Amino acid sequence: MKKLESTFVNMTVVLTLFALVAAGALGAVYSVTEEPIAMAQVAKQQEAIKVVLPDFTELSEADTVNGLAVYKAYNGGSFVGAAVESQETGFNGPIRVMVGFDADGTIVNYSVLEQKETPGLGTKMVDWFKGEKADIRGMNPADANIAVTKDGGDVDAITAATISSRAFLRCVNAAYAAFSEANGAAAKSDAVSGATAQTDSQAAAQDTINVEPIDSAAVNAAAQSEK
Amino acid sequence: MNYIKPFLNGLVKENPTFVIMLGMCPTLATTTSALNGMGMGVATMFVLICSNVVISLIKNIVPDKVRIPVYVVVIATFVTIVDLVMQAYVPSLYAALGLFIPLIVVNCIVLGRAESFAAKNNALASMMDGAGIGLGFTCSLTIVGIVREILGTGKVFSFSLFPEEYGMLLFILAPGAFIVLGYMMALFNRFLKDRGK
Repeated sequence: MKKLESTFVNMTVVLTLFALVAAGALGAVYSVTEEPIAMAQVAKQQEAIKVVLPDFTELSEADTVNGLAVYKAYNGGSFVGAAVESQETGFNGPIRVMVGFDADGTIVNYSVLEQKETPGLGTKMVDWFKGEKADIRGMNPADANIAVTKDGGDVDAITAATISSRAFLRCVNAAYAAFSEANGAAAKSDAVSGATAQTDSQAAAQDTINVEPIDSAAVNAAAQSEK
Repeated sequence: MNYIKPFLNGLVKENPTFVIMLGMCPTLATTTSALNGMGMGVATMFVLICSNVVISLIKNIVPDKVRIPVYVVVIATFVTIVDLVMQAYVPSLYAALGLFIPLIVVNCIVLGRAESFAAKNNALASMMDGAGIGLGFTCSLTIVGIVREILGTGKVFSFSLFPEEYGMLLFILAPGAFIVLGYMMALFNRFLKDRGK
Protein backbone atom coordinates (compact mmCIF):
# COMPACT_ATOMS: atom_id res chain seq x y z
CA MET A 1 0.00 0.00 0.00
CA LYS A 2 1.30 3.40 -0.95
CA LYS A 3 1.72 6.08 1.67
CA LEU A 4 -1.05 8.71 1.74
CA GLU A 5 -0.12 12.09 0.27
CA SER A 6 0.08 15.05 2.63
CA THR A 7 -2.84 16.95 1.09
CA PHE A 8 -4.97 19.19 3.27
CA VAL A 9 -7.99 16.89 3.07
CA ASN A 10 -5.97 13.76 3.87
CA MET A 11 -4.28 15.34 6.86
CA THR A 12 -7.52 16.70 8.31
CA VAL A 13 -9.38 13.44 7.84
CA VAL A 14 -6.63 11.24 9.28
CA LEU A 15 -5.92 13.42 12.28
CA THR A 16 -9.63 13.81 13.11
CA LEU A 17 -10.18 10.11 12.70
CA PHE A 18 -7.33 9.19 15.03
CA ALA A 19 -8.44 11.71 17.63
CA LEU A 20 -11.98 10.29 17.50
CA VAL A 21 -10.84 6.67 17.76
CA ALA A 22 -8.53 7.54 20.66
CA ALA A 23 -11.29 9.48 22.45
CA GLY A 24 -13.70 6.59 21.93
CA ALA A 25 -11.23 4.04 23.23
CA LEU A 26 -10.46 6.15 26.30
CA GLY A 27 -14.14 6.75 26.98
CA ALA A 28 -14.80 3.03 26.84
CA VAL A 29 -11.87 2.18 29.12
CA TYR A 30 -12.89 4.93 31.54
CA SER A 31 -16.49 3.75 31.83
CA VAL A 32 -15.33 0.16 32.40
CA THR A 33 -12.73 1.08 35.02
CA GLU A 34 -14.65 3.85 36.80
CA GLU A 35 -16.39 1.54 39.25
CA PRO A 36 -13.41 -0.70 40.11
CA ILE A 37 -11.29 2.43 40.72
CA ALA A 38 -13.83 3.88 43.14
CA MET A 39 -14.12 0.49 44.85
CA ALA A 40 -10.35 0.17 45.15
CA GLN A 41 -10.20 3.55 46.86
CA VAL A 42 -12.95 2.68 49.32
CA ALA A 43 -11.25 -0.66 50.00
CA LYS A 44 -7.98 1.15 50.70
CA GLN A 45 -9.70 3.47 53.17
CA GLN A 46 -11.49 0.60 54.92
CA GLU A 47 -8.21 -1.31 55.08
CA ALA A 48 -6.54 1.72 56.69
CA ILE A 49 -9.35 2.02 59.27
CA LYS A 50 -8.94 -1.65 60.21
CA VAL A 51 -5.18 -1.24 60.61
CA VAL A 52 -5.35 1.80 62.88
CA LEU A 53 -8.12 0.75 65.26
CA PRO A 54 -8.43 -1.87 67.99
CA ASP A 55 -10.74 -4.80 67.20
CA PHE A 56 -14.25 -3.59 66.52
CA THR A 57 -17.55 -5.03 65.35
CA GLU A 58 -19.30 -1.95 63.97
CA LEU A 59 -18.18 1.31 62.52
CA SER A 60 -20.19 4.54 62.38
CA GLU A 61 -20.66 6.57 59.23
CA ALA A 62 -18.18 9.40 58.81
CA ASP A 63 -18.88 12.42 61.05
CA THR A 64 -17.33 15.64 59.91
CA VAL A 65 -15.58 17.40 62.80
CA ASN A 66 -13.32 20.43 62.15
CA GLY A 67 -13.53 19.45 58.47
CA LEU A 68 -12.04 16.01 59.14
CA ALA A 69 -13.84 12.69 58.75
CA VAL A 70 -14.19 10.81 62.05
CA TYR A 71 -15.18 7.13 62.07
CA LYS A 72 -16.24 5.85 65.49
CA ALA A 73 -15.75 2.17 66.24
CA TYR A 74 -17.84 0.06 68.64
CA ASN A 75 -17.25 -3.46 69.87
CA GLY A 76 -20.53 -5.04 70.96
CA GLY A 77 -22.05 -1.63 71.67
CA SER A 78 -19.21 -0.12 73.71
CA PHE A 79 -17.06 2.65 72.24
CA VAL A 80 -13.52 1.39 71.59
CA GLY A 81 -12.00 4.24 69.62
CA ALA A 82 -12.15 6.30 66.47
CA ALA A 83 -10.21 6.69 63.25
CA VAL A 84 -9.70 10.20 61.91
CA GLU A 85 -8.70 11.03 58.38
CA SER A 86 -6.50 14.09 58.55
CA GLN A 87 -4.79 16.19 55.91
CA GLU A 88 -1.94 18.71 55.94
CA THR A 89 0.41 20.21 53.39
CA GLY A 90 3.77 18.50 53.46
CA PHE A 91 7.01 19.26 51.68
CA ASN A 92 5.83 18.51 48.14
CA GLY A 93 2.06 18.30 48.40
CA PRO A 94 -0.80 17.06 50.51
CA ILE A 95 -0.29 14.37 53.13
CA ARG A 96 -3.36 12.35 54.10
CA VAL A 97 -3.10 10.19 57.19
CA MET A 98 -5.61 7.92 58.91
CA VAL A 99 -4.94 8.10 62.64
CA GLY A 100 -6.57 5.68 65.07
CA PHE A 101 -7.23 6.46 68.75
CA ASP A 102 -8.58 4.19 71.45
CA ALA A 103 -11.35 5.37 73.79
CA ASP A 104 -8.83 7.30 76.00
CA GLY A 105 -7.30 9.12 73.06
CA THR A 106 -4.12 7.03 73.01
CA ILE A 107 -2.76 6.62 69.49
CA VAL A 108 -3.25 3.01 68.39
CA ASN A 109 -1.71 3.19 64.94
CA TYR A 110 -1.65 5.27 61.79
CA SER A 111 -1.67 4.68 58.07
CA VAL A 112 -0.47 7.14 55.44
CA LEU A 113 -3.08 7.26 52.67
CA GLU A 114 -1.37 9.72 50.40
CA GLN A 115 1.96 11.57 50.31
CA LYS A 116 4.30 13.04 47.73
CA GLU A 117 7.37 13.64 49.90
CA THR A 118 10.98 13.38 48.72
CA PRO A 119 11.80 9.74 47.92
CA GLY A 120 14.26 8.31 50.42
CA LEU A 121 13.65 11.11 52.92
CA GLY A 122 10.12 12.29 53.70
CA THR A 123 8.58 9.12 52.23
CA LYS A 124 9.95 7.26 55.25
CA MET A 125 7.02 8.65 57.26
CA VAL A 126 5.04 5.61 56.16
CA ASP A 127 6.96 3.49 58.70
CA TRP A 128 9.15 5.91 60.65
CA PHE A 129 6.64 6.89 63.32
CA LYS A 130 6.00 3.26 64.20
CA GLY A 131 9.66 2.27 64.05
CA GLU A 132 12.23 1.94 66.81
CA LYS A 133 13.54 5.50 66.53
CA ALA A 134 10.25 7.34 66.91
CA ASP A 135 7.19 5.38 67.92
CA ILE A 136 4.06 7.47 68.35
CA ARG A 137 1.94 4.39 69.00
CA GLY A 138 0.92 4.32 72.62
CA MET A 139 1.42 8.06 73.06
CA ASN A 140 -1.54 10.09 74.20
CA PRO A 141 -1.57 13.64 72.79
CA ALA A 142 -3.27 14.74 76.04
CA ASP A 143 -0.07 14.20 78.04
CA ALA A 144 2.65 13.77 75.39
CA ASN A 145 3.87 16.63 73.25
CA ILE A 146 3.40 15.39 69.69
CA ALA A 147 6.05 17.55 68.02
CA VAL A 148 9.59 16.98 66.79
CA THR A 149 12.39 17.16 69.42
CA LYS A 150 13.84 20.19 67.63
CA ASP A 151 10.65 22.07 68.54
CA GLY A 152 10.71 20.76 72.10
CA GLY A 153 8.42 17.81 71.42
CA ASP A 154 8.70 14.12 72.25
CA VAL A 155 9.08 12.65 68.76
CA ASP A 156 12.32 12.25 66.78
CA ALA A 157 12.00 13.74 63.31
CA ILE A 158 12.91 11.74 60.21
CA THR A 159 16.61 12.32 59.43
CA ALA A 160 16.91 15.26 56.99
CA ALA A 161 13.14 15.53 56.60
CA THR A 162 12.07 17.81 59.44
CA ILE A 163 9.45 19.62 57.35
CA SER A 164 7.77 16.35 56.37
CA SER A 165 7.92 15.19 59.99
CA ARG A 166 6.33 18.41 61.23
CA ALA A 167 3.56 18.15 58.66
CA PHE A 168 2.92 14.55 59.65
CA LEU A 169 2.73 15.44 63.35
CA ARG A 170 0.40 18.36 62.57
CA CYS A 171 -1.85 15.76 60.92
CA VAL A 172 -1.78 13.69 64.11
CA ASN A 173 -2.54 16.69 66.31
CA ALA A 174 -5.36 17.87 64.06
CA ALA A 175 -6.75 14.34 64.12
CA TYR A 176 -6.59 14.31 67.91
CA ALA A 177 -8.34 17.68 68.13
CA ALA A 178 -11.15 16.33 65.94
CA PHE A 179 -11.27 13.12 67.98
CA SER A 180 -11.64 15.07 71.24
CA GLU A 181 -14.26 17.35 69.75
CA ALA A 182 -16.25 14.37 68.49
CA ASN A 183 -16.18 12.80 71.94
CA GLY A 184 -17.81 15.86 73.41
CA ALA A 185 -17.45 17.53 76.78
CA ALA A 186 -15.81 14.58 78.56
CA ALA A 187 -12.62 15.09 76.62
CA LYS A 188 -12.84 18.87 76.47
CA SER A 189 -9.67 19.60 78.41
CA ASP A 190 -7.82 17.20 76.14
CA ALA A 191 -9.08 19.05 73.11
CA VAL A 192 -7.62 22.30 74.40
CA SER A 193 -4.18 20.84 75.04
CA GLY A 194 -4.24 19.05 71.69
CA ALA A 195 -5.05 22.29 69.93
CA THR A 196 -2.32 24.16 71.82
CA ALA A 197 0.27 21.59 70.87
CA GLN A 198 -0.77 21.96 67.29
CA THR A 199 -0.46 25.74 67.27
CA ASP A 200 2.90 25.53 69.00
CA SER A 201 4.38 23.17 66.48
CA GLN A 202 3.01 25.22 63.61
CA ALA A 203 4.46 28.43 64.99
CA ALA A 204 7.78 26.73 65.63
CA ALA A 205 7.77 25.33 62.12
CA GLN A 206 7.42 28.79 60.67
CA ASP A 207 10.06 30.28 62.94
CA THR A 208 12.79 27.82 62.16
CA ILE A 209 12.03 27.07 58.56
CA ASN A 210 14.81 29.24 57.10
CA VAL A 211 17.59 28.87 59.61
CA GLU A 212 18.18 25.13 59.40
CA PRO A 213 20.99 24.38 56.97
CA ILE A 214 19.93 20.80 56.45
CA ASP A 215 16.39 21.73 55.48
CA SER A 216 17.39 24.49 53.09
CA ALA A 217 19.85 22.10 51.44
CA ALA A 218 17.02 19.64 50.98
CA VAL A 219 14.84 22.40 49.56
CA ASN A 220 17.47 23.29 46.97
CA ALA A 221 18.06 19.69 46.02
CA ALA A 222 14.35 19.07 45.63
CA ALA A 223 13.95 22.24 43.56
CA GLN A 224 16.69 20.99 41.26
CA SER A 225 15.24 17.56 40.87
CA GLU A 226 11.91 19.10 39.91
CA LYS A 227 13.60 20.81 36.98
CA MET B 1 14.17 -10.92 8.38
CA ASN B 2 16.08 -11.43 11.58
CA TYR B 3 14.00 -10.43 14.60
CA ILE B 4 16.67 -11.05 17.23
CA LYS B 5 18.86 -8.26 15.92
CA PRO B 6 16.56 -5.31 16.70
CA PHE B 7 16.02 -6.81 20.16
CA LEU B 8 19.74 -7.07 21.03
CA ASN B 9 20.38 -3.77 19.34
CA GLY B 10 18.10 -1.98 21.80
CA LEU B 11 19.49 -3.86 24.77
CA VAL B 12 23.18 -3.04 24.30
CA LYS B 13 24.36 -1.24 21.17
CA GLU B 14 21.63 1.38 21.24
CA ASN B 15 20.90 1.27 24.95
CA PRO B 16 18.54 4.23 25.37
CA THR B 17 20.02 5.54 28.59
CA PHE B 18 23.75 4.96 28.28
CA VAL B 19 24.25 5.22 24.51
CA ILE B 20 21.49 7.20 22.77
CA MET B 21 20.98 9.21 25.97
CA LEU B 22 17.24 9.59 25.61
CA GLY B 23 14.81 9.80 28.50
CA MET B 24 17.26 11.38 30.93
CA CYS B 25 14.52 13.07 32.95
CA PRO B 26 12.71 9.89 34.08
CA THR B 27 16.10 8.22 34.57
CA LEU B 28 17.23 10.87 37.03
CA ALA B 29 13.88 11.30 38.75
CA THR B 30 12.73 7.72 39.33
CA THR B 31 15.92 5.87 40.24
CA THR B 32 15.91 6.74 43.94
CA SER B 33 15.60 3.02 44.61
CA ALA B 34 16.12 -0.12 42.54
CA LEU B 35 12.44 -1.02 42.69
CA ASN B 36 11.26 2.41 41.54
CA GLY B 37 13.67 2.35 38.61
CA MET B 38 12.54 -1.10 37.59
CA GLY B 39 8.87 -0.14 37.84
CA MET B 40 9.34 2.86 35.59
CA GLY B 41 11.27 0.71 33.12
CA VAL B 42 8.62 -2.01 32.94
CA ALA B 43 5.77 0.48 32.51
CA THR B 44 7.70 2.23 29.72
CA MET B 45 8.47 -1.08 28.04
CA PHE B 46 4.79 -1.98 27.92
CA VAL B 47 3.80 1.34 26.34
CA LEU B 48 6.76 1.18 23.96
CA ILE B 49 5.80 -2.27 22.64
CA CYS B 50 2.12 -1.32 22.17
CA SER B 51 2.82 2.00 20.50
CA ASN B 52 5.54 0.56 18.24
CA VAL B 53 3.19 -2.17 16.97
CA VAL B 54 0.27 0.20 16.36
CA ILE B 55 2.43 2.82 14.67
CA SER B 56 4.06 0.31 12.35
CA LEU B 57 0.56 -0.90 11.38
CA ILE B 58 -0.80 2.57 10.64
CA LYS B 59 2.33 4.03 9.07
CA ASN B 60 0.92 3.94 5.53
CA ILE B 61 -2.39 5.63 6.23
CA VAL B 62 -0.80 8.56 8.07
CA PRO B 63 0.31 11.46 5.83
CA ASP B 64 3.89 12.48 6.56
CA LYS B 65 3.17 16.02 7.69
CA VAL B 66 0.79 15.02 10.51
CA ARG B 67 2.65 11.89 11.63
CA ILE B 68 4.00 13.40 14.85
CA PRO B 69 0.58 14.54 16.20
CA VAL B 70 -0.89 11.14 15.30
CA TYR B 71 1.95 9.30 17.07
CA VAL B 72 1.55 11.47 20.14
CA VAL B 73 -2.19 10.72 20.23
CA VAL B 74 -1.50 6.97 19.97
CA ILE B 75 1.14 7.05 22.72
CA ALA B 76 -0.95 9.21 25.06
CA THR B 77 -3.93 6.89 24.57
CA PHE B 78 -1.91 3.84 25.59
CA VAL B 79 -0.45 5.59 28.61
CA THR B 80 -3.90 6.64 29.81
CA ILE B 81 -5.26 3.13 29.29
CA VAL B 82 -2.38 1.65 31.30
CA ASP B 83 -2.97 4.24 34.01
CA LEU B 84 -6.71 3.53 34.34
CA VAL B 85 -6.47 -0.26 34.09
CA MET B 86 -3.69 -0.43 36.65
CA GLN B 87 -5.59 1.84 39.03
CA ALA B 88 -8.70 -0.31 38.71
CA TYR B 89 -7.37 -3.85 38.84
CA VAL B 90 -3.94 -3.77 40.54
CA PRO B 91 -4.20 -0.89 43.06
CA SER B 92 -1.18 -2.15 45.03
CA LEU B 93 1.06 -1.89 41.97
CA TYR B 94 -0.49 1.46 41.13
CA ALA B 95 0.40 2.75 44.58
CA ALA B 96 4.06 2.09 43.80
CA LEU B 97 4.14 3.15 40.13
CA GLY B 98 1.19 5.52 39.78
CA LEU B 99 3.43 8.55 40.01
CA PHE B 100 5.52 7.49 37.02
CA ILE B 101 2.84 6.39 34.55
CA PRO B 102 1.86 9.88 33.31
CA LEU B 103 5.59 10.62 32.91
CA ILE B 104 5.79 8.07 30.09
CA VAL B 105 3.87 10.38 27.73
CA VAL B 106 6.72 12.88 27.83
CA ASN B 107 9.39 10.20 27.59
CA CYS B 108 11.15 10.91 24.31
CA ILE B 109 12.28 7.29 23.92
CA VAL B 110 8.75 6.26 22.97
CA LEU B 111 8.33 8.93 20.31
CA GLY B 112 11.95 8.47 19.24
CA ARG B 113 11.49 4.77 18.50
CA ALA B 114 8.15 5.41 16.78
CA GLU B 115 9.82 7.86 14.45
CA SER B 116 13.12 6.10 13.83
CA PHE B 117 12.08 2.45 13.82
CA ALA B 118 8.36 1.67 13.86
CA ALA B 119 7.57 4.09 11.03
CA LYS B 120 9.97 2.20 8.73
CA ASN B 121 9.56 -1.45 9.73
CA ASN B 122 6.84 -4.10 10.00
CA ALA B 123 4.83 -4.86 13.13
CA LEU B 124 6.82 -7.85 14.35
CA ALA B 125 10.22 -6.17 13.99
CA SER B 126 8.80 -3.08 15.71
CA MET B 127 7.56 -5.22 18.56
CA MET B 128 11.02 -6.73 19.01
CA ASP B 129 12.58 -3.27 18.85
CA GLY B 130 10.15 -2.03 21.51
CA ALA B 131 10.93 -5.03 23.72
CA GLY B 132 14.69 -4.58 23.29
CA ILE B 133 14.75 -0.85 23.90
CA GLY B 134 12.28 -1.25 26.76
CA LEU B 135 14.36 -3.97 28.38
CA GLY B 136 17.52 -1.93 27.87
CA PHE B 137 15.83 1.03 29.55
CA THR B 138 14.59 -1.18 32.40
CA CYS B 139 18.06 -2.67 32.98
CA SER B 140 19.83 0.70 32.98
CA LEU B 141 17.27 2.23 35.33
CA THR B 142 17.51 -0.75 37.66
CA ILE B 143 21.32 -0.58 37.69
CA VAL B 144 21.35 3.16 38.40
CA GLY B 145 18.67 2.58 41.06
CA ILE B 146 20.68 -0.24 42.70
CA VAL B 147 23.86 1.88 42.86
CA ARG B 148 22.01 4.88 44.30
CA GLU B 149 20.10 2.77 46.81
CA ILE B 150 23.26 0.99 48.05
CA LEU B 151 25.33 4.17 48.37
CA GLY B 152 22.47 6.22 49.74
CA THR B 153 20.79 3.87 52.21
CA GLY B 154 22.82 0.65 52.33
CA LYS B 155 19.97 -1.41 50.92
CA VAL B 156 19.19 -3.26 47.69
CA PHE B 157 15.51 -3.80 46.86
CA SER B 158 14.87 -2.83 50.52
CA PHE B 159 17.18 -5.68 51.64
CA SER B 160 19.66 -4.21 54.10
CA LEU B 161 23.40 -4.61 53.35
CA PHE B 162 24.86 -2.24 55.95
CA PRO B 163 23.37 0.11 58.55
CA GLU B 164 21.58 3.09 57.09
CA GLU B 165 23.62 5.60 59.13
CA TYR B 166 26.64 4.91 56.89
CA GLY B 167 24.71 5.68 53.70
CA MET B 168 25.49 8.87 51.80
CA LEU B 169 22.29 10.86 51.61
CA LEU B 170 23.65 12.70 48.56
CA PHE B 171 23.01 9.69 46.34
CA ILE B 172 19.29 9.66 47.08
CA LEU B 173 19.03 13.34 46.17
CA ALA B 174 19.34 14.87 42.70
CA PRO B 175 23.13 15.47 42.60
CA GLY B 176 23.74 11.78 43.31
CA ALA B 177 21.62 10.88 40.28
CA PHE B 178 23.82 12.94 37.98
CA ILE B 179 27.04 11.55 39.48
CA VAL B 180 25.94 7.91 39.21
CA LEU B 181 24.56 8.38 35.70
CA GLY B 182 27.80 10.00 34.53
CA TYR B 183 30.00 7.19 35.85
CA MET B 184 27.63 4.54 34.48
CA MET B 185 27.77 6.09 31.01
CA ALA B 186 31.56 6.20 31.11
CA LEU B 187 31.80 2.55 32.18
CA PHE B 188 29.25 1.38 29.62
CA ASN B 189 30.93 3.19 26.75
CA ARG B 190 34.34 1.88 27.80
CA PHE B 191 32.88 -1.61 27.74
CA LEU B 192 31.40 -1.12 24.27
CA LYS B 193 34.70 0.28 22.98
CA ASP B 194 36.68 -2.67 24.29
CA ARG B 195 34.27 -5.07 22.66
CA GLY B 196 34.50 -3.24 19.36
CA LYS B 197 38.27 -3.79 19.13
